[in-house]
Amino acid sequence: MTEPIVEMAGVSKRYGDVTALHDVDLRIERGELLAVVGPSGSGKSTLLNIMGTLDRPTSGTLRLDGFDVGALTDRAVSALRARTIGFVFQQFHLARGVPALDVVADGLLYSGQPRGYRRSAAEAALRRVGLGHRLTHRSHQLSGGEQQRVAIARAVLGDPPLLMADEPTGNLDSQAGGVVMDLLRELCAGGTTVVIITHDRDIAAALPRAVRIRDGRI
Amino acid sequence: MRLSLTDVVRVAGFGLRSRPLRVFLSALGIAIGIAAMVGVVGISASSTAELDRRLSAFGTNLLTVAPGQSIGGVNARLPDTAIGMIAAMPGVERVSALGRTEAKVYRNDHLPPEQTGGITVFAARTDLPAVAGTRVTSGAWLNEATANFPAVVLGAAAADRLAVVRTGPGELVWLGGRWFAVVGILAANDLITDLDYGAFVGWPVAAAELAFDGRPTTIYARARENAVTSVQPLLGATANPEDPGEVDVSRPSDILAARQETSKTLGALLLGLGAVALLVGGVGVANTMVISVLERRSEIGLRRALGATRGQIRTQFLSEALLLSLFGGAGGVVAGIGVTAVFATVQSWTTVVPLWAMAGGLAATVVIGGISGFYPALRAARMSPTEALATT
Repeated sequence: MTEPIVEMAGVSKRYGDVTALHDVDLRIERGELLAVVGPSGSGKSTLLNIMGTLDRPTSGTLRLDGFDVGALTDRAVSALRARTIGFVFQQFHLARGVPALDVVADGLLYSGQPRGYRRSAAEAALRRVGLGHRLTHRSHQLSGGEQQRVAIARAVLGDPPLLMADEPTGNLDSQAGGVVMDLLRELCAGGTTVVIITHDRDIAAALPRAVRIRDGRI
Repeated sequence: MRLSLTDVVRVAGFGLRSRPLRVFLSALGIAIGIAAMVGVVGISASSTAELDRRLSAFGTNLLTVAPGQSIGGVNARLPDTAIGMIAAMPGVERVSALGRTEAKVYRNDHLPPEQTGGITVFAARTDLPAVAGTRVTSGAWLNEATANFPAVVLGAAAADRLAVVRTGPGELVWLGGRWFAVVGILAANDLITDLDYGAFVGWPVAAAELAFDGRPTTIYARARENAVTSVQPLLGATANPEDPGEVDVSRPSDILAARQETSKTLGALLLGLGAVALLVGGVGVANTMVISVLERRSEIGLRRALGATRGQIRTQFLSEALLLSLFGGAGGVVAGIGVTAVFATVQSWTTVVPLWAMAGGLAATVVIGGISGFYPALRAARMSPTEALATT
């Protein structure tokens, strides 16, 4: 397993006349914990979208877990995404009025697992992030930190090798943010590659590796 | 990876549950259309079933012969030989007759003569019930004995007008200037409604007491089922060989069936209106789904991030539209059955809603849901995940 989990070569992304990413080469080894840091508008979200296969590069190649993403169909990319990547967003993206257990269980909805398995895996994941006592709480009844931990539980369900977090602490106070960061570190210690996108230099400085991005260049 | 059917339904159901009011309103649009269509079909089917029931109760082989208007405009009469002539025709099984008299009937002898209540006094043959298909609700029809005495049988409406509810020797009405005992009351007759407003006395007593000339004014003939069409054209000439044009021959069951045909035109019009309502309902569903797709961009993005393919997003929104219309359709079928049941009960019919109408109603909603959900689902699937996630 020496193959890197992410390998980007000469990746560019243009939106009309605007070049958001400029000839990016990036290699992320398995088990790394790294930050992609840069001011807003620097292209870090674009980088995340391309790395997370949510968007396709205008030019260049992306190899994810050994697969050349550019050569795959939408169906295959979706399957790869379901299996390989877990996403955590700044806005949590939890469905309102749904019990935490079901929110998390939906993380495996597109993996082909039966519902009973999804729910028991979800329960285990929620316990793992310290929310074993919040299984039946609906998302709007939870605090921001708890909501983000629910989102992390959903992202790590099914043990994807790569976890991408876009400003995971952006909407949280420092204490809740600290809990979330500790959790992400813990996950990395368990073998998951964790990529954190942030504009916060303090967070970046606390991580083993930081990739700085400015004006679409690394 | 494909989602199992239960997952598809669960996800679609969740999407609907999160917007209950809007879902209810757009399902209501579908429901009104389906209810209108099922109701129209149900009411017309119930009325047809009622007609069939009446026809089978009275038979379609009853023919009536009555004198038409003579050229002078006077009411013509049938010759008194007519009954015998018609009875002798091949294909005719039984014959009976009524003869209209000029007598009037009153509740008692104190009432002014003009207060006749619209009741006609007929001389009736004792075999009339067997031929015309009438029965008594109380007492008995005239027999050979009572036909010679001042005894009267009242039609249902006539009994009502005269306020006679019981029969027996003590129950008297003032008829033709003397007291007659009410010996029977007839059930309402759906096929020959004229009988409801009649008071029937025996042929001999009418001749003796009411100046009845013994000539029939209506002859009822039961033909063999397979001979009805051959007998009908010959009846006029047989009844009145000298003046066949002055005889009206009719088949009461035809009149009933013709009335049914008229109501079918109205039914088709209402069915068309139901279809328009359904179309409007479909537009409502499409509208709801388009708005839903716009509102739920972040959900779409998230699902894509979780690994949903374009096809799965399409399936999700299409099945939501289908489920939504199916709710409306099911509600509409139930409402349509309810409308039919209420209408039929008020008319004292049996409620009949054909299975094909219910199945057709549901099938129509599936088609409507599929068509109106198709474009929004396509839009949702085409949305790029990053664009969908960018909006909070």
